Amino acid sequence: MSIPEGPRANLPQRRSLSRRVTSWFNAHPRATLRTLLAGPLGWIGLVYLGSLLVLLLHAFWAKDSFTGKVEPFNWTLDAFIQIASNPVYSTIALRTIGIALLVTITDVLLALPIAYYMARIASPRKRGLLLVAVTMPLWASYLVKVYAWRTILQGNGFLGWALAPFGIEGPGLSEITNAWIVLSYLWLPYMILPIYAGLERIPNSLLEASADLGGRAGMTFRRVIFPQLIPALAAGSIFTFSLSLGDYIVPDLVADAKFIGNVIYDNSALGNFPVAAAFSILPVVVMIGYLLVTRRLGAFDSL
Amino acid sequence: MVESPLVRALLRAATALVLAFIYLPLIILAVYAFNESKLAAWPPTGFTLDWFGEAAANPAIRTALLNSLVAATAATLIALVLGTLAALAVQRYDFFGKNTVSFLFVLPIALPGVVTGIALQSSFKLFGVGLGLPTIIIAHATFCVVVAYNNIVARLRRLPRSPEEASADLGADSWMTFRRITLPGVRTALLSGGLLAFALSFDEVIVTLFAAGAGTKTIPVWIFNAMQRPNELPVVNVVALLLVLISVIPVWIAQRLSGGEIARGGR
Repeated sequence: MSIPEGPRANLPQRRSLSRRVTSWFNAHPRATLRTLLAGPLGWIGLVYLGSLLVLLLHAFWAKDSFTGKVEPFNWTLDAFIQIASNPVYSTIALRTIGIALLVTITDVLLALPIAYYMARIASPRKRGLLLVAVTMPLWASYLVKVYAWRTILQGNGFLGWALAPFGIEGPGLSEITNAWIVLSYLWLPYMILPIYAGLERIPNSLLEASADLGGRAGMTFRRVIFPQLIPALAAGSIFTFSLSLGDYIVPDLVADAKFIGNVIYDNSALGNFPVAAAFSILPVVVMIGYLLVTRRLGAFDSL
Repeated sequence: MVESPLVRALLRAATALVLAFIYLPLIILAVYAFNESKLAAWPPTGFTLDWFGEAAANPAIRTALLNSLVAATAATLIALVLGTLAALAVQRYDFFGKNTVSFLFVLPIALPGVVTGIALQSSFKLFGVGLGLPTIIIAHATFCVVVAYNNIVARLRRLPRSPEEASADLGADSWMTFRRITLPGVRTALLSGGLLAFALSFDEVIVTLFAAGAGTKTIPVWIFNAMQRPNELPVVNVVALLLVLISVIPVWIAQRLSGGEIARGGR
């Protein structure tokens, strides 16, 4: 390899400086590593972890009842007492977790057949097309998809029109089932992709062996395929569960219902920051617990 | 082959139904963009391109589009720099806590958007940082790092080490080796990671609502506000369709660049 010397020869001073800097880094790999990591870890540490810490502190800070301003370092448990004494908060928490679980189960049921078809029946060319077809909508704007569902679900929308011949009215925009449908729709590709990858990894010989030994389709699925799919199901459920758990736009726009996210959003919009901060701890704790469980099921190797 | 013909036919039918479920809302959205009527009732009454003209002439949409472009570009550049540095550190060095790095980068998109949003907003407020375009950029860069990082790490893992070693043996210092050998090797990964980060930022609404404050609107924030005003709905349809196209096209390019290794990313 040739090293062009021409233009740099004019800048002897700068060159020697840059030489000195890089040769120092060459001689000190640990220092190089620290320099590489300083920026990214500093950013995530200061901007993100720092913000999470600030949020956590807010939960324990008092609020001036007159001006509504948060008083930093004036410690109190008021926000937690406020949450514990109002049964609405626990109803909302249970409703949110319930819907998030329901969405996860729905997505597993919808994802299994298409993932199975993609992994084991479709020709390689068709498989490629199906993969793109499933992946693309994942990147179409989240808000736009929610908006599209609003137009479908509203009284005079597509669904009402399609159901009219059967004498059924459109659901309107204040049914909790809407949140279940729309959340299942939004996160479905996140479930299809890991299940597809999991099915693709199961060797054909295993299924043939099961058939040779007299296992019928149903039994082969239950005894051979399903146990091997558990890590993939757990991986997919991380997305379907956590994204449903934290959502506040879907319940607001299609179901006129309150989720955990709405409580956080509404309280912060009303200036009740300590309660918003205290309630934020709930989805974080639920999510960390969920991640720990799914990690035991091998989900992290299938992400 | 284990599956009976009946099972195969049923699976094919189920696949078709699920695909229809996935694409129906997007198709309906596209149809509405050309709907003559101002009302959102189905079926559409006629065909028109008028709403595209109205959207193009709307100054609020143009400002929001500009904000979105500036925020996405800046956030992408920051994410690429941070992602590249971290990827080099993780792929080329061994150190204590290496596995924590990728976990830390995933956190901003793994935790609920509302938590990320309110956390950032509370510290912006606490430290007296005024909300606006700069805070949107900071927030977006934070959750875009992970896609840039993932793409570059994946590429570095596959890149053979021997050219870098040869370069060092021939007397190039580490900066020159990076510039002449490593950087060209990860160029397409930078491009595809950058496109994904751009799409992620361009679409984001939850964290943006918290980081933007009252004055600054991006395109998704504009849609969020406008969809609650019935007389703006025809224009919302048009902007929504364009937003889908603007975010899907870069991802499609990124997918081709990376040979289809990108499976999933943000919301």
